[in-house]
Amino acid sequence: MPPEQDLSFAAAFTPGLLDPTRAAPAIVAGPNGKAAGKRYAVYRNNVTVSLIDALAAIYPAVQRITGPDFFRAMARFHIRSSPPTSPLLFEYGREFADFITRYEYAQTMPWLADVARIERAWLDAYHAQDAAPLSAAALAAFASERLADLVFIAHPALRIVRSSFSAVTIFAANRDDAPVGRIDASTPEDALITRPEFDVMVRRLPPGGAVFAERLASGEPLRGAAASALDACPDFDLASNITGLIEAGAFTSLALGDA
Amino acid sequence: MTTAIVPEASAVPLRYSAPIGGVAGTSFKPEHLQAILSTGRQCGFFEVHAENYMGAGGPPHRALEAIRRDHPLSLHGVCMSIGGPQPLDKAHLARFRGLVARYQPALVSEHLAWSTHETSFFNDLLPLPYTEATLARVCDHIDQVQDAIRRPLLLENPSTYVAFRESSMSETDFIRAIAERTGCGLLLDINNVFVSATNHGFSALEYLAEFPLAHVGEIHLAGHAEQADDEGDLLLIDSHDGPVADAVWKLFEIVIRRRGGVPTLIEWDSKIPDWPVLQAEAAAAQAILDRCNQTATAGDRHAT
Repeated sequence: MPPEQDLSFAAAFTPGLLDPTRAAPAIVAGPNGKAAGKRYAVYRNNVTVSLIDALAAIYPAVQRITGPDFFRAMARFHIRSSPPTSPLLFEYGREFADFITRYEYAQTMPWLADVARIERAWLDAYHAQDAAPLSAAALAAFASERLADLVFIAHPALRIVRSSFSAVTIFAANRDDAPVGRIDASTPEDALITRPEFDVMVRRLPPGGAVFAERLASGEPLRGAAASALDACPDFDLASNITGLIEAGAFTSLALGDA
Repeated sequence: MTTAIVPEASAVPLRYSAPIGGVAGTSFKPEHLQAILSTGRQCGFFEVHAENYMGAGGPPHRALEAIRRDHPLSLHGVCMSIGGPQPLDKAHLARFRGLVARYQPALVSEHLAWSTHETSFFNDLLPLPYTEATLARVCDHIDQVQDAIRRPLLLENPSTYVAFRESSMSETDFIRAIAERTGCGLLLDINNVFVSATNHGFSALEYLAEFPLAHVGEIHLAGHAEQADDEGDLLLIDSHDGPVADAVWKLFEIVIRRRGGVPTLIEWDSKIPDWPVLQAEAAAAQAILDRCNQTATAGDRHAT
């Protein structure tokens, strides 16, 4: 017998796990020829519930905003169309924000996907490699005429999420159980996510700050990053942005780029 | 984001930590960290799911380092998909090896089950048929794991809800053949035996009589839940969400009398109770281990 024929059980067993319209596979049974419908459904339920729970653990603010019933219905659609491809569930859900953007019943909450993006970035920062953040003193060690050529090495936990809505305020108000007042969702907010040591921090970036931080994190020297930020936002304040990023633990070290 | 463990892990030598013998341990849950640390060093050990510590850094590793500093560790893999037909995920195996090197666990275990097919990860311990073909494939996978971690793996017997029509051997014969062919040890989950025995209508005692107890290097005890199958008969669910059932405690005592003391874990993975509740379950297991140990010692004296 060809081995692939002998080992076809997984291909027969899996299709019904994420598709409740399928009957139990014919290759399985209960004892003494008993039916396997409810028995197979235990596996389908384990898979479905555990993956929905995994998304709920990654996206607690989204779940608090929508309520658990709405969230679990939305998550059920998502896990069936995009099951995880890694056994590491803390890596799961990277396509969930885009799914929310398209999800018919979430159209009245246009900021919900950006809240999800912040939560996904939060978990990335939580599991990122440990690294000591850059100290303000390290910057002071460079002569002022060389500052423009400095390259800032991003901390492994650094993430930036840009939003046309008040996503940072909405995220912060819904990550715990405290009562939430009315929030004006229409103020564009950019999130800076860092983990200087063990606690993840989510802060609102000042005007131009997201462009500046993204350019620096991509390896662009200070001069170019500042010019891009000023282009994007004439009010951009260089000194306070550098101080703020260093204080938040956005970088680990400095290098001199090509002048 | 990358999912590397510490970059130097491949250079860390693999070392055994001391055998821990007949002691009771518990699952380590992060919500219990402060309670455990404030109690200080205890007899016993902690078991973690390997996959929860496969991130690069952050609070999970800080917590596990704090636990490992004072206690033996059991590293319990959940997602290697050893029972599946497709090749093992090499990156996952490298991460697993990295954790063994970093934390030097006293016990290292995985499941006779599978969870990945093609590119999808199903996050459940799925069953397999027991045939010559699956036996050969499982043994190949265990060889690869044992080559990577350079020590015997403990393989856990599953709890199952369905049987495969194509199975040509019993679960105990299948497991015995794996242990004999690969030299792996066994993790005997007595709750799984009880759950499967109920679900498939066989005797748990007969299963245990046929189980190769000499290969057992760890025991799991856990709680289960009750449902019904299509015919309305009792179907037990391996839920790990409550105390160990009385019947499972009795089977445990029978096994320990026959096998002698081995590390025994109270597994509790959902509806997690306060630390003292979990601790009390471990103390109950320890009492049985100690009682059987005393009986065995008295027997030895009598024999000489």
